[in-house]
Amino acid sequence: MFKKFIKLEWKAFTRSAAFSTNLVVKIIVLLYAIMMAFFLLLLGTGAFSILKKAGASDPMLWVNKYLIYYIIVDLGIRIVFQNIPVSNIKPLLTLNIKKKTIVNFIIGKSMATFFNIIHAFFFVPFSIVLLVKGYNPVNVVLWHVAIMALVYSNNFLNILLEGKNWLFAVFIVLLATFGSLQYYGYFDITTYTEVFFTSLYSTYFMALLPIALLVIVWRATFKFFYEYMFLDAGLKTKEEEARTENYAWLDQFGSMSTYLKNDLKLILRNKRAKMTVISSVLFLFYGLLFFSNSIEVYNTPTWKMFAAIMLTSGFMFTFGQFVPSWDSSYYPLMMSQNIPYREYIASKWWLMVIATVITTVLASFYLYFGVDVYLMILACAVYNIGINAYMVLLSGAFVKTPVDLTKARQAMGGKKSFNPKMILLGISKLIIPIALYAVGHYIFNDTIAYILIAGTGIIGLLFRNFVFNQIAKLYKSEKYDTLAAYKQVN
Amino acid sequence: MIKVSNLQKTYNNTTVLNIPELEIPKGESFGLVGNNGAGKTTFFSLLLDLIRPTQGNITLNNIRVDESEGWKPFTSAFIDDSFLIGYLTPEEYFYFIGELRGWNKADVDALLEKHEDFFNGEILKRKKYLRDLSKGNQKKVGIVAALIGNPEVVILDEPFANLDPTTQIRLKRIIKELAEDGNTTVLVSSHDLAHTTEVSNRIVALHKGEIVKDIKTSQETLQELEAFFAV
Repeated sequence: MFKKFIKLEWKAFTRSAAFSTNLVVKIIVLLYAIMMAFFLLLLGTGAFSILKKAGASDPMLWVNKYLIYYIIVDLGIRIVFQNIPVSNIKPLLTLNIKKKTIVNFIIGKSMATFFNIIHAFFFVPFSIVLLVKGYNPVNVVLWHVAIMALVYSNNFLNILLEGKNWLFAVFIVLLATFGSLQYYGYFDITTYTEVFFTSLYSTYFMALLPIALLVIVWRATFKFFYEYMFLDAGLKTKEEEARTENYAWLDQFGSMSTYLKNDLKLILRNKRAKMTVISSVLFLFYGLLFFSNSIEVYNTPTWKMFAAIMLTSGFMFTFGQFVPSWDSSYYPLMMSQNIPYREYIASKWWLMVIATVITTVLASFYLYFGVDVYLMILACAVYNIGINAYMVLLSGAFVKTPVDLTKARQAMGGKKSFNPKMILLGISKLIIPIALYAVGHYIFNDTIAYILIAGTGIIGLLFRNFVFNQIAKLYKSEKYDTLAAYKQVN
Repeated sequence: MIKVSNLQKTYNNTTVLNIPELEIPKGESFGLVGNNGAGKTTFFSLLLDLIRPTQGNITLNNIRVDESEGWKPFTSAFIDDSFLIGYLTPEEYFYFIGELRGWNKADVDALLEKHEDFFNGEILKRKKYLRDLSKGNQKKVGIVAALIGNPEVVILDEPFANLDPTTQIRLKRIIKELAEDGNTTVLVSSHDLAHTTEVSNRIVALHKGEIVKDIKTSQETLQELEAFFAV
């Protein structure tokens, strides 16, 4: 039976829309996957000596110290990104297959995902290095098994916590609290958890604890699936209570308000689109890594410039790259209705501009690191609005991946980043402003550099009509291809 | 009103639609019948410029659909659920379409009130998004939305499928009313010969992309069609 299931899965995988494109994309995806795996392998094998060189007396103890954060981050990521694979078992329910078999299949499938396997790429080589370095083999194996048990427990916990996306915020707060308490030396949670993780290695019996946990959550998951495998229970797609909204405050945008209102609803009511808001918040705080001077390598003007660009562009980059794909599920409607391309594009542009302005205002807390830092961010915000917004819209026109609004994540992360045109446009979004800054900074001074960046943005703004018309032309010429591509939903 | 000349659509050397000539005058209620794969949806998609013709062209009011967008203001359609916006409530969707077609809220509300019995109390104020409605109820929303803005050309693909018997009867009444005033050209496709003969005053049968019958509806039409499709 399982063999047949696996065959089905293989077909589902190889025939998915994201995969059935062209050979070049397939090869690039494969190369990318191999690269990722290779990188992690390298990290796993190299971690020991890197940590040793960095001054950790016992790298294993160091890993044990921070494992608690690793586990929490893993669970957080899973809650947001890892979907539970129940959607395609509906056709199996009425066939001559035991319910138990189906449940075991779902559980097995959930265990074989990327989110679990990725950990092995680090821990397996790391454990092997430990063995080579002469750590007690039995203990290393026990430790390794215990960690894997914890990783898989996370897998099941995620299933049991399905749909509780607010937990992600809880985890962020937890991490931030414990992280900062530890950083400022008030309370160090790792001194307690370290004892536990080290005991997985130093004793023979502590490893049983994570294994017991795994068995418990596995049983609970089994029960959960077994009892809820009905169309009106566990397999039901969740319905929210809908409210009709008007957003009258957007009326001041005139005829464009129709589209702006629709886009606002799109963002607020769809899982996938909500992620753009989350990512813009993450991007906003991303700059802390660079401006707080806590990491030495980032303490150069180039890196700071990079951060300043990214800071205010979170929404722009994540939302803009999928214009017009956000409207893919009803693109035929948009194409047969009375919608001028120009206005459609302009409304998306305004949405990104509004979001960028809001993030720039929110980013004012960077004033804490000096007026100079905030000036840099301001200049980059102007550049983002004046130039990068066009770049994003332009690259979006080439992305023909239909977006499934109801899913939080897309299989294979979408093939968006593998289009050569997109990569080129993507790089230039960052390289050009950094180059402008370098010219200003090294030839004159920082102030001139900021003026140069912001000035380029303002010049870009002047060409708005021209650019919009060009993008509209592009949309028109790509219309039939885009319609055909959006038809192939997963 | 609608003029088709030398229209051909070919996929990988297979011709799925081939209409040398077809003219649909203003105010006609036009029925399109045919088996699966006969080319009904292909024809409608070409009419709405959603796919590119391999050869030939279609004009609406002397506007070539593949060259100008001038036909959009007076044409409306409901082909399938890709004409619905899943994350909107039905009301929001109607107002959205209304705004695109130059109707204010009051105009839309008047139309919705007129079709209250067609909705059968299952659409409005149910606190549901379109994506959570049943297939039949989604269809009701799409059909009524296609009437917003008094379009001169209304295109409905398989409007009777998925509807319950009561709603089917109500829909027939709506289509007949539309055609009565002589200003609206209605194009309806269906698998159901009886429905089509009832609402259309001209019926075209497609078979493998070719027009095989083109008849003015009369008492004998249904029998004639049934005889043709009974193979």
